[in-house]
Amino acid sequence: MKLTGIREAYGETLAALGELYPEIVVLDADLSGSTKTSLFAKKFPDRFFNMGVAEQNLMGTAAGLAAGGKTVFASTFAIFASGRAWEQVRYSIVYNKLNVKIVASHGGVTVGEDGGSHQSAEDIAIMRVLPGMRVIVPMDGKEMQEVIKAVVKIPGPFYIRSSRVKFPLILGDDYKFELGKGKILREGKDISLIGCGLMVSHCLEAAEILAKEGIAARVVSLSTIKPIDEELLIDCALNTCGIVTAEEHSVIGGLGSAVAEVLSEKNPTRIVRVGVQDKFGVSGSAPDLLEYLGLKPGNIVKAAKQIMEHRSQKTEQAVQAAK
Amino acid sequence: MLDTEQIKKLESLAKTIRVDILKMLNQASSGHTGGSLSTVEIIVSLYFYKMRHNPKDPTWPDRDRFVLSKGHGAPALYTVLARSGYFDLSELMHLRKLGSILQGHPDMKVTPGIDISTGSLGQGLSMANGMALALKLDKRPSRVYVLMGDGENQEGQIWEAAMAAAHYKLDNVCGIIDHNGLQIDGPVNEIMKIEPIADKWACFGWEVFRVNGHDFREIISALDKAETVKHKPTLIVASTVKGKGVSFFEGKVEYHGIPPTDEELAKALVELGIKS
Repeated sequence: MKLTGIREAYGETLAALGELYPEIVVLDADLSGSTKTSLFAKKFPDRFFNMGVAEQNLMGTAAGLAAGGKTVFASTFAIFASGRAWEQVRYSIVYNKLNVKIVASHGGVTVGEDGGSHQSAEDIAIMRVLPGMRVIVPMDGKEMQEVIKAVVKIPGPFYIRSSRVKFPLILGDDYKFELGKGKILREGKDISLIGCGLMVSHCLEAAEILAKEGIAARVVSLSTIKPIDEELLIDCALNTCGIVTAEEHSVIGGLGSAVAEVLSEKNPTRIVRVGVQDKFGVSGSAPDLLEYLGLKPGNIVKAAKQIMEHRSQKTEQAVQAAK
Repeated sequence: MLDTEQIKKLESLAKTIRVDILKMLNQASSGHTGGSLSTVEIIVSLYFYKMRHNPKDPTWPDRDRFVLSKGHGAPALYTVLARSGYFDLSELMHLRKLGSILQGHPDMKVTPGIDISTGSLGQGLSMANGMALALKLDKRPSRVYVLMGDGENQEGQIWEAAMAAAHYKLDNVCGIIDHNGLQIDGPVNEIMKIEPIADKWACFGWEVFRVNGHDFREIISALDKAETVKHKPTLIVASTVKGKGVSFFEGKVEYHGIPPTDEELAKALVELGIKS
């Protein structure tokens, strides 16, 4: 599969949009080379502000610029954008419904070698909890491009997760992003595999493996985690035997939790969450860490089989009881 | 500069505003008395002398902005906004009540005239800098005034923002510190020493002025001078008295976050020359 750079897609799209939207300003906290806001900075030096290693001030300044009518993109690593500056994001930006798009690079654990200090397996949870915050985790470079083009036209705050590593290209040229809508990438009647970010490609790989074993898996990308696509989730619950969620994030508070919140109220369904199991990451290469933390296609396959076995046991019990 | 007659008018207005503040806090049975009373002359100088603003058009793009970074001083700001004509004076009596346009801390979403929400200490200067950058990008002549508490200077974000304002040469930012020397737990320099505060700001690249924060002539003179400084932000360290204007509140730590009781209100109104 062809790989696409997520942060590259962000930086290039933003630099292109800079021409069309003179109200766009971009802020970074000494990581513009990594987040790729440097591409915008080079083209529009007067509309780029490097705030130095000071993320709280980065978010506060972003809020002030937005209050002054600007469309603000604020970028740094996910752990600092969401964690270090959480209360500034909460009160300076989201409380005021200000037009700041936080595009946070190096999300998840595929930051890799830098280790637990720089990995971010908690950001979706702590951004999602903020009232009115929209949270998007694009599945490939194409989607990142479309997300950036879309959010520039939607007022108010967003948290968009970018990544250090490249993701396999999944979407075609005709893809259009729609906020709050999941996408069925593959149909299957037995089980639903729902992922975001890098894990969407792992869900697709898992579906291939399951197909060989006679299990037909539906694969859904749920890139918008908030607002969530309730309709599609209920459809998955009604039309397949269960759901596996997959995310490069803690199983606490992220995509899996969001899906479980909806379905436990609207249509209780068996859900198994593949993700980081309440632990911190360590140093290692991205592929080694995905293996170590249980985020590989094989983990999704295992979770799917767990649901299918549970279901056949229940069917067995029902048949016995009927006798 | 103003003549004696104009200064007298401002002094009389300050007294009216102190009465409003005490009445609204008493009615709310909640809120910050000491740190509201200490800011009165500063906020009155801004809204009734220095700032270009239009109560009939609160979002006028060319207005000067005000950021009350020490958001707990909201009662003083609300009173000044009401007396300027942003909303009816009767709103003051709904302070902190459910459904009121006057939240416990300033909220841009519900109160006409509030340029940005504040109250979580340390966040105001960063937002003021952002506004100032936007004004410069748009080539507007407006200025941004930001009032901070002295205890608030213990927040790290203030210093991140202080560095950034000087770095970006934000001469349209004017900071003011309400230096009343007290915070919730006690005297500022016993809780966490901030002195020499003026030197610290000067070291960070700001042009610093010192004034008596209850003397209109000094405040206004500093505000006028600040406007002439180019290529660097300005800071006015205003020495004030917490609880100013009511003898039994002045300099008392315990009146940081406590409203006046009915009895205290009655006594205070007598001191301020109001009979009932």
